[in-house]
Amino acid sequence: MACTSFTKLNAASSQWIGQQPFTQRHGSSATRRVSVPIRAKAYTDELVQTAKSIASPGHGILAIDESNATCGKRLASIGLDNTETNRQAYRQLLLTTPGLGEYISGAILFEETLYQSTTDGKKFVDCLRAEKIVPGIKVDKGLVPLPGSNNESWCQGLDGLASRSAEYYKQGARFAKWRTVVSIPCGPSALAVKEAAWGLARYAAISQDNGLVPIVEPEILLDGDHPIERTLEVAEKVWSEVFYYLAENNVLFEGILLKPSMVTPGAEHKEKASPQTIAQYTLTMLKRRVPPAVPGIMFLSGGQSEAEATLNLNAMNQSPNPWHVSFSYARALQNSVLKTWQGRPESIEAAQRALLVRAKANSLAQLGKYSAEGENEEAKKGMFVKGYTY
Amino acid sequence: MSAFKGKYHDELIANAAYIGTPGKGILAADESTGTIGKRLSSINVENVEENRRALRELLFTTPGALKYLSGVILFEETLYQKTAAGQPFVELLKENGVLPGIKVDKGTVVLAGTNGETTTQGLDGLAQRCQKYYEAGARFAKWRAVLNIGVTEPSQLSINENANGLARYAIICQENGLVPIVEPEILVDGSHDIEKCADVTERVLAACYKALNDHHVLLEGTLLKPNMVTPGSEAPKVAPEVIAEHTVRALQRTMPPAVPAVVFLSGGQSEEEATVNLNAMNKLKGKKPWTLSFSFGRALQSSTLKAWGGKPENVAKAQAAFLARAKANSEATLGIYKGDAKLGEGASESLHVKGYKY
Repeated sequence: MACTSFTKLNAASSQWIGQQPFTQRHGSSATRRVSVPIRAKAYTDELVQTAKSIASPGHGILAIDESNATCGKRLASIGLDNTETNRQAYRQLLLTTPGLGEYISGAILFEETLYQSTTDGKKFVDCLRAEKIVPGIKVDKGLVPLPGSNNESWCQGLDGLASRSAEYYKQGARFAKWRTVVSIPCGPSALAVKEAAWGLARYAAISQDNGLVPIVEPEILLDGDHPIERTLEVAEKVWSEVFYYLAENNVLFEGILLKPSMVTPGAEHKEKASPQTIAQYTLTMLKRRVPPAVPGIMFLSGGQSEAEATLNLNAMNQSPNPWHVSFSYARALQNSVLKTWQGRPESIEAAQRALLVRAKANSLAQLGKYSAEGENEEAKKGMFVKGYTY
Repeated sequence: MSAFKGKYHDELIANAAYIGTPGKGILAADESTGTIGKRLSSINVENVEENRRALRELLFTTPGALKYLSGVILFEETLYQKTAAGQPFVELLKENGVLPGIKVDKGTVVLAGTNGETTTQGLDGLAQRCQKYYEAGARFAKWRAVLNIGVTEPSQLSINENANGLARYAIICQENGLVPIVEPEILVDGSHDIEKCADVTERVLAACYKALNDHHVLLEGTLLKPNMVTPGSEAPKVAPEVIAEHTVRALQRTMPPAVPAVVFLSGGQSEEEATVNLNAMNKLKGKKPWTLSFSFGRALQSSTLKAWGGKPENVAKAQAAFLARAKANSEATLGIYKGDAKLGEGASESLHVKGYKY
């Protein structure tokens, strides 16, 4: 049953659930071009509204869509077994944090979590709705080796994506996420870039067709010893391809969100860049590639420390931008939480407070008002893992 | 490489930004000898060099008009001409804060196998010509690509070919110190509605920016000269606000904020229409991280030409007409035009010519 009572969302589209999206065809002459309305589809208004509500000032996304295997690594780091109960307990801790909605406008879930409830039997999606947090869903099926490339990957998940998306929509999801990667040490090859961009464009079109705002995430991995100029070069190429294919696939730009990596030097480059430099290069890239119709840019943290990720975001928000510039952080929001919780029920409240501390810091960074005073040592620890697989 | 960083990098960025100064715009006075001949014959003036020079002098010496202009596009002949008193036009313009620009394309030719679609020529020897023009004082260039809307047009070939041509032209200009104005004009001819024009405009602009990016063009050192998004010439007219919404939306979907300004072509709209539409765009609320301004030819000169008639005793009257349009368009870039410009004769006359060849 579709969730029709999100107060911020236009529920009129619920009439379309179960119906085929329509296209008008005036005759079938081979030379006659069908004139379709400009990217208008069944869910247009709702997509635009959802994207806007996620991209609202002082807000960003909490990414907790770790696959079971990856979640297992997180749990293992605090000595817990990778069981459904433990995964449920951990996500419950996060999703029932009181007041989370003041800083978080969207939460990306893994499929298992979308269908889970609290130990009291309250659906996770309902917990989110109560805080006015839009539920999102990871829809890709992970990375696999790309044949004919230079040891690069491509992202799977298009098969059956339409019906899965429709099911997720019925369960209450209103945005989707698909993460593909590009590796600078491996080239990247033109093939890998094209595949990444085309896969994202196909996924985005299918998502929109089924009522989900697609988050477009071509992560340019931090791995490598390249300077920041090289990252800028690759990022400009990748985003140029992405936007071109999105346009070719008739994706509605007002109904998408981006999840880029920030433009930084490679993790093994001899010099670190300051937040101001990272902001300057990243904003240059965005201004050269992102049309203003896109409502929000929600950065991934990609192995930066919690404090770094916040400082860099803050530096990017020191003057007005033509799009909402915010965060979609997983590790950079959860690291302290995990360490505080340690799996102990008596530590839940403290862990939730730790989450609020990070969420608030990033909310302030989105507004350009963050100050690093008082950040603890844990927050400054880098989380880069070489050759990190999700 | 990401965006090209040649020796003119900073100058290109500064000049492009200057052209986009709110309150200013471009006078397109780059009619080729053949085309200006048509204008002159419409007022019974002979198409000789002295008359062509006199017309341009009339425009450039209009008291008070140059402050509304950030640039003037010239044809090659004009770049080397002087006022009657002997001052080179480029000097006169520069003294008054107006950047000289130069048309560098060599016209369109038909693409074989298409239904009359065209590509634009002019790449051969372009680098050398740009250097020469830079030395003569030019600081920006213009190249007009032409597409049209039909049952099967624009074809993918036409889009790709014209986008690629624009990109090659743009990077060559930047290598030689000229800010390239990127002009993919989608002709207004046809009976299509505004939605169709919007769809085609968005496709064409997406292809243009893809090509510019592939060719490493420095977007901060370019300008865009698109058509406004309107119904076809044979379709019912719509309100300026509707044109404004569709046009701004098309740009929001395709134009990266790095590009400092859009300088619209008038494409056959009457002088008053073009101004009112530009004004509506600047009044519109929404994300517009670039200046929206004008690069008008016919829509700035039409009533001026009529008032002049080629006669020296009419110069003051003609200049008054030109000043009125320049001021009106300046106000339109600020969204403050009240529609009260003293309309010269013909200011509301459509300037559309079907199948117009430049």
